[in-house]
Amino acid sequence: MSSGTIALVGNPNSGKTTFFNALTGSNQYVGNWPGVTVEKKEGSFTYRGKEYHVVDLPGTYSLGAFSEDEIVARDYILTGNPDVIINVIDASNVERNLYLTTQLLEMGKRVVIALNMVDEAKRRDIEFDIQGLSKRLNLPVVPTIASKEKGIEDIIKVAIQVMEKKPPVKSPLKYNEVIEHHINHMEEVLKGENLPYPLRWTALKIIEGDREVIKKLNKSILNQKAINYIKDFFKYHSSGDFELEIIDARYAFAHSIVDGTINRPEEDVITITDKIDKIFTNKYLGVPIFAIIMLIVFQLTFALGQDTLGGVVAYLVEGLGSLIESFLLGINAPGWLIAFMIEGVINGVGTVIEFVPIITVLYLLLGFLEDSGYMARAAYVWDDLMRKLGLQGKAFISMIIGFGCNVPGIMSARTLDNKKDKMITILINPFMSCGAKLPIYSVFIAAFFPNHGGLILFSLYTFGIIVGLILAKIYSKTLFKGESSYFIMELPPYRIPTIKNVLRNMWDNVYGFIKRAGTTIFVVITLLWVLAVLPASAQPYGEFSILGRIGAFLAPIFKLAGFGTWQESVALFAGIPAKEAVIGTLGMLYASEYVEEGALLVNAIRQHFTSLTALSYMAMTLLYTPCVATLGIIKKETNSYKWMIYMALSSFVIGWIVAVLIFQIGSLLGFS
Amino acid sequence: MLLKGESILTKGLLALKNGDTGKVKSIQAGRTATKRLYEMGFNTGAPVKIIKNDSGPVIVYLNGCKVALGRGLAEKIILDI
Repeated sequence: MSSGTIALVGNPNSGKTTFFNALTGSNQYVGNWPGVTVEKKEGSFTYRGKEYHVVDLPGTYSLGAFSEDEIVARDYILTGNPDVIINVIDASNVERNLYLTTQLLEMGKRVVIALNMVDEAKRRDIEFDIQGLSKRLNLPVVPTIASKEKGIEDIIKVAIQVMEKKPPVKSPLKYNEVIEHHINHMEEVLKGENLPYPLRWTALKIIEGDREVIKKLNKSILNQKAINYIKDFFKYHSSGDFELEIIDARYAFAHSIVDGTINRPEEDVITITDKIDKIFTNKYLGVPIFAIIMLIVFQLTFALGQDTLGGVVAYLVEGLGSLIESFLLGINAPGWLIAFMIEGVINGVGTVIEFVPIITVLYLLLGFLEDSGYMARAAYVWDDLMRKLGLQGKAFISMIIGFGCNVPGIMSARTLDNKKDKMITILINPFMSCGAKLPIYSVFIAAFFPNHGGLILFSLYTFGIIVGLILAKIYSKTLFKGESSYFIMELPPYRIPTIKNVLRNMWDNVYGFIKRAGTTIFVVITLLWVLAVLPASAQPYGEFSILGRIGAFLAPIFKLAGFGTWQESVALFAGIPAKEAVIGTLGMLYASEYVEEGALLVNAIRQHFTSLTALSYMAMTLLYTPCVATLGIIKKETNSYKWMIYMALSSFVIGWIVAVLIFQIGSLLGFS
Repeated sequence: MLLKGESILTKGLLALKNGDTGKVKSIQAGRTATKRLYEMGFNTGAPVKIIKNDSGPVIVYLNGCKVALGRGLAEKIILDI
């Protein structure tokens, strides 16, 4: 039973996330705001026996209608009715942060200011008159250092006080005569209407030309007089007329608050951040440094995640499987149940769980980099080149991560606040050949191109990138055209990552992966297993199982691509749950015994493929439907099944077309 | 005759060199871009200091906050020097 709801609002990089973590600890969970791709973070804490609910709104610079983040945050503030808002402000940057505060006050909301990261500000020789600030703002101001959990209890006390006392909220500023005149007239016209928002605020938004508000008003039942007035208003005034003046006025207000209460040194202190940036953003060094850092990240990920931890996890899963098997045998469970549990459930669960160590380590390292502030520099360094290719710097990072695993690669598209960029980045990520496909390539390379492994691998990876970039260009002109992206990005100071933050972030991502993608994988694997062992009369995984028949049915499609036997097509389908399964399935279907790797499999490959068909098969593997984990994460990040299905189908078609082209053209040219 | 506080020089942001400072006078970009820049603090009179302007996005200190701006955007910001 919650005693009240607190909403957290603040600029990006104000330490709001750290603040949220300090408030809620492990009592938090992540979801989605309905209908949009924005993450919703909620949590709770207990103080003096009472429980309080906390909603962490997306970090924004403003509460206009610029991005989904802003719309989500604003909607919640206006209609979600939080009892109090804690406005987290970067103490080194108060003036800019106060722009948002002004808007909160104009919405008539009760606000408490958390002056966060005061330690950093002190290091930059910035001095504060907290009482003065508080007096001018007419709001409580509490200095905090969320990363060290300082000031948290103080601000909780203040926020609760405000919640209980419910002080009235005054409009913070008046605009110039002309604008106030228009506001008053607009208020007159709107008075008495059943407005979903405060009166003055609505009037102001209309004059500002806020598209979201006007849209909402058009839908509601305003009386004709009001509608006509608004129409007339825009006949004579373009909404651009007042927008900028209003912004200037808000900043002037912010300036009047800090002028005298906050003292910055005359000359900006040259910070360590600046010194490091001289190297990290250097024209020539920036990219190589990035490459080195990412190389280290991937090496560590595969060494720790796959080899060490992955080995442990695989061992544990196997052990669990044996345990369950013996138990079931012990109680004389029917054969099909045992098979279902072992080959279906354990296998399915195992596939999901085997991803976990890699994703965990990758996220730990990436989270560390992000929290340190480096990622912003990485996006900066690549932006130039990316723009020429129709993307932006931040999209590049997502692509790079995708080379390790598409799941975190797609998740990292969250940092793109432009919807077009976000969607395109998500949709091309699967073409960045992930780590799980490497075993497939290596077997075919061993069979047919033992001396050209490096060249083949490089060509495959590059080809994947090229296909991705071509699609990015096409998407930007068709599916997601119109909205352009500007490069404006804050470069936060380098900070020593807060361990708690990094761990919590890692946990959120891993848990999210397991929960959403995991359910999808599990369902599909179980389904495939059922198809592979039915009907009971046929040999499991054999030609006459349902899966085998489906494979045989679809095999002719692949004839054009040069690999038209049912085994090859079944193996491709087995690759949909997890790419590693392609090789395992081929081995299982070719030989009377299950062979995973080694000379036997290579020989089998040599017998069933030619070097040309090996190439077309590898191309198909590179491009076709991504694994279920990836599909699951696409569904989660886009909050719709539509794009997941689109990805599954379009990539299959693209892979098929390329494989067919390779085989047909190659055959014509005389290769075999 | 110069009024008090009026500068005799205005330049586009891209024309400035590392270490130069100025105050935002106006922005010659489209409506959305201009509004976005204003909201992020590049509004009238905002103090800007150039940190890096050789290649790639420009890096500036905006009133104490480090920001990177694409060149296409940066050239549309006019400053009073």
